[in-house]
Amino acid sequence: MIVLLIRDLRLAVRSGGGFGLGLAFFLLVAVLVPLAVGPQADLHARIAAGILWLGALLSCLLSLDRIFALDHEDGSLDLLATSPIPLEGVAAVKALTHWLVTGLPLTVLAPALGVLLNLPPDGYLWLFLSLLAGTPALSVIGTFGAALTVGLKRGGLLLSLLVLPLYIPTLVFGAEVARRGAEDLAIGVPLALLLAVTMGSIALLPFASALVLRINLR
Amino acid sequence: MLPELGKYAATVLGAYALAILLIVGLVVLSLRQATRMRDRLRDVEERVKE
Amino acid sequence: MSIWEYANPKKFMQTSGLLLPWVTGLAAIALVVGLIWGFFFTPADYRQGATVKIIFLHVPAALMAINGWLMMLVASLIWLIRRHHVSALSAKAAAPIGMTMTLIALVTGAIWGQPMWGTWWAWDPRLTSFMILFLFYLGYIALWHAIEDPDTAADLTSVLCMVGSVFAILSRYAVLFWNQGLHQGASLSMDKTQHISNVFWFPLIVCMGGFVLLFVALLLLRTRTEIRARRLQALLLRERMA
Repeated sequence: MIVLLIRDLRLAVRSGGGFGLGLAFFLLVAVLVPLAVGPQADLHARIAAGILWLGALLSCLLSLDRIFALDHEDGSLDLLATSPIPLEGVAAVKALTHWLVTGLPLTVLAPALGVLLNLPPDGYLWLFLSLLAGTPALSVIGTFGAALTVGLKRGGLLLSLLVLPLYIPTLVFGAEVARRGAEDLAIGVPLALLLAVTMGSIALLPFASALVLRINLR
Repeated sequence: MLPELGKYAATVLGAYALAILLIVGLVVLSLRQATRMRDRLRDVEERVKE
Repeated sequence: MSIWEYANPKKFMQTSGLLLPWVTGLAAIALVVGLIWGFFFTPADYRQGATVKIIFLHVPAALMAINGWLMMLVASLIWLIRRHHVSALSAKAAAPIGMTMTLIALVTGAIWGQPMWGTWWAWDPRLTSFMILFLFYLGYIALWHAIEDPDTAADLTSVLCMVGSVFAILSRYAVLFWNQGLHQGASLSMDKTQHISNVFWFPLIVCMGGFVLLFVALLLLRTRTEIRARRLQALLLRERMA
């Protein structure tokens, strides 16, 4: 499984892997939102946490269809399915890879973009922590969505339609943590709920992803 | 004929009209799909029998 | 004689063919009686005026929106465990009905909210959860349409329905939490059924019964269509092979 992880990471970082695209998209969102809502700094400060969460979520969505598509095209997914590694493990490793090349860089970049959006000083730590706690769930849920649409020719749009409703709990709790952190309110409850959603997703969804993959590879 | 709806006449009538429109639309759509499918299946079944 | 006999498509077609006219008739009677009773023969509420009459559409539609999803969940589980095709096809047939019911609940709610709350749409937990439910229906139907092979489609949508149910419930509580975080108490509460007077309660019951029967009638009709579609596909395939 570690070999698989290293192989996937190499493929993702190599040119054409789309490694930087998500980050660039995130930056664009952070630049376009002030252009859309006007230059009032106090307005930006109020919506910064929510915008950054939404931007991170959408950037995550961009690279989801790559999780299984390439492996499915060249047949290595069938090899993985017949290999001694359980398919649940494969799904978990794929989700982990996606998080390492998408979720983690987004989390690191988010506070820097907070400067652009005039995020209140108290907010940086909680924005970072809430994304750190929430983005793994986004990757795991996204892997499930990618597994559902793996055989489809034009699965990209369908994938968004399937995955976005599943993102709602993570988005609500994550953005709530970041917003309350920025406004210097108590964050204990939403943070606990966010962690609960993430832990539950990580524990259970790889099984659903593997089940779906088996159906699709039949 | 209409009951006294007061100043909310447009609201109530609008809600009823839209809801009934949606229900009728769904019913008509389902019926059309049903008859079309029944006819197509009958055609093919007859052709298979021949 | 057990319920599983109806998993046989032929048996299901026979029985549903016999039942369908009766259920349709009963649904029509209940709906006409309930809605006419509610529309013409109920007094205006002293606080809400005539808008209270919208309840006879709004509440039954909301009821069937949620029950429709529950029915899909049960049918999906039966398909995954016992692999009865009728079950999977009935889940497929139920989705558009449930989605329409959700839409009716949202639309009538918006029209009702306009004079009562002064706005078409408020991010009240209930409204928001229904919008989310609508999105789940949308994704489910889209997945059915996207996949060619019917058995694969049935499997995948069943798993989606199960995972979606968990996340729909999570979203419900997330939204509840989120709105309490923003607004104070529920000044927009719609829980009037608790202390609704009998004048409204009796026609409302008839309307709810009518919507349930309407759902069943449409479900039978659409499931029959889906079974015929499957048979047609099988026949065409066999013809091509021969």
